[in-house]
Amino acid sequence: MNRTLSVKIIALTIWGLLLFSPFLFQDVRQVEVAARICVFIVLVASYDLLIGYTGIVSFAHTMFFGLGAYGVAIAMKQGDNTWGYWIVGALAGVLVAAVLAVLIGLLSLRVKAIFFAMITLAAASVALVLASQLSSFTGGEDGMTYSSPDIFKPATKLLTDDEGKVARIAGVRMNGKIAAYYFVFFTSAVMFWVMLRIVGSPLGTVLKAIRENEARAEGIGYRVVAYRTAVFVIAATTAALAGAVYAAWLKYTGPDTTLSFAIMIDILLMVVIGGMGTMWGAAIGATLMVLAQYYLRDLMEVASDATSAIPLLPELLSPDRWLLWLGIIFILLVYFFPAGIAGTIIRGRAK
Amino acid sequence: MTLLSIKNMDVSIGQYSVLHGVTFDVPEGGVFVLLGRNGAGKTTTLRSIIGLWDRPPGSVTFRGEDVSSLHTSDIARKGIAFVPENMGIFGGLTVAENMVLATASGKFDQARLTRVYELFPALEQFWDKQAWSLSGGQKQMLAVARAIIEPRDLILIDEPTKGLAPSIIHAMGEAFREISQTTTILLVEQNFAFAKSLGRDMAVIDDGRVVHTGTMAEFAADTALQDRLLSLSVEGA
Repeated sequence: MNRTLSVKIIALTIWGLLLFSPFLFQDVRQVEVAARICVFIVLVASYDLLIGYTGIVSFAHTMFFGLGAYGVAIAMKQGDNTWGYWIVGALAGVLVAAVLAVLIGLLSLRVKAIFFAMITLAAASVALVLASQLSSFTGGEDGMTYSSPDIFKPATKLLTDDEGKVARIAGVRMNGKIAAYYFVFFTSAVMFWVMLRIVGSPLGTVLKAIRENEARAEGIGYRVVAYRTAVFVIAATTAALAGAVYAAWLKYTGPDTTLSFAIMIDILLMVVIGGMGTMWGAAIGATLMVLAQYYLRDLMEVASDATSAIPLLPELLSPDRWLLWLGIIFILLVYFFPAGIAGTIIRGRAK
Repeated sequence: MTLLSIKNMDVSIGQYSVLHGVTFDVPEGGVFVLLGRNGAGKTTTLRSIIGLWDRPPGSVTFRGEDVSSLHTSDIARKGIAFVPENMGIFGGLTVAENMVLATASGKFDQARLTRVYELFPALEQFWDKQAWSLSGGQKQMLAVARAIIEPRDLILIDEPTKGLAPSIIHAMGEAFREISQTTTILLVEQNFAFAKSLGRDMAVIDDGRVVHTGTMAEFAADTALQDRLLSLSVEGA
């Protein structure tokens, strides 16, 4: 079978499972995981546009993600929980992200990659400090809680039965929670599709050429700084939009859920696991990483109990050591899939 | 009529002065050959014309317009294509993607694409292959094909025969001869037999200075001058 087709099938299977996850996994936590996967696929795919397709190393991606989330949070906290405020907040977040991306891009994309990475790191640090310090505006370290639009409230009846109660389809209550999940799913799917279109377009080819050799790309007529700035803006606004969607789902925005460096590291790991420069790999990397974050601890608890009769093993498999095992799994993945899972499947393993 | 005029070009790379007041004119039409020993400054001259060094002192005038202060991409858009010494293709992209990159609109002019296929049939055969998987000769063909897929006034080609098999060199020569019917070529070449078979006008660079300009026919007839300026065994002369 065509190798690229295999990767597409894996990624489309993931999207298929996400589409039906409220029906397949009728549990609040599992739907929570599915929504997080949707948002992180977009976040990872938009970061892959930078690092995988154009060769730009940025540490400011969570800053843009946070701008979208804080835009919605502030608008809905200061205003009310109507769609109008969500749109205003999302647009404000996207606009600020675009302006910042243009400024950072034009001022710093001419410098060497390492200096650009440092500049984005500094910008992300400033955003994190500001979010923590401007507590009257951002909620500080505690973040902000707010109401989502009425249609997302669990009490909202999307469909009713003959008795006027919330109708069930395949055992799933058709209430606001379902609406919220499908809002996250469809907006994420559309953003992912747009990024697939971008990398499949002539612009995507130019980006790959720039990644491979900037001077050659210049030599055939492409203004590299302009293209790099443009893709930086596209990635930033996509991340901001993902943040706005995630804010509507969580009904909470704080430094830990959007701006933290831990999330930036997660995004990097997801890109590496999925495969840099393989947009479909974003779906694989994000899914595996989010599943590990949510279920590895549970799995280890089961394994620890199952091996309780054996000396040392229960200690090693203690759920408290889940980060150690996550690290080991990551090392093994990098060893067996040096170009990421999608990248290694497409290109074959180097001998 | 002069297409490209280079006047008093000085280029320093780090502490080293590489070009000293390089001056020559490239007339429109045919192949203009830049000859010289290894390290004489031929490649640096081409790279300076296309703007790959920071604005060197001196001027580069193309169709009467000073382009020396322009950015590389803007110079390329004026109608100057550059085929660098190491072929300059994008190995991670397919042949088709490499070609699309060289088009202004992202779409091919069918007549030009047909001409490319006629000149370099291997490219049609390997159209969807990754460029890194091509042979050296095919990579060179791709680099040249990319330069002619859009209308250009001038193509700068740096040592296209380096490391290629004689049969490929012959095919390349035929292709250049045909291309030069419609597009001016500024060719840097060490293979004198190849250069002689194509060149109409020529210049010799030595130690960063232009030491001779004239017609290729006159230069080819003067073996003493060749020995003095190039110190090469004139293979096939």
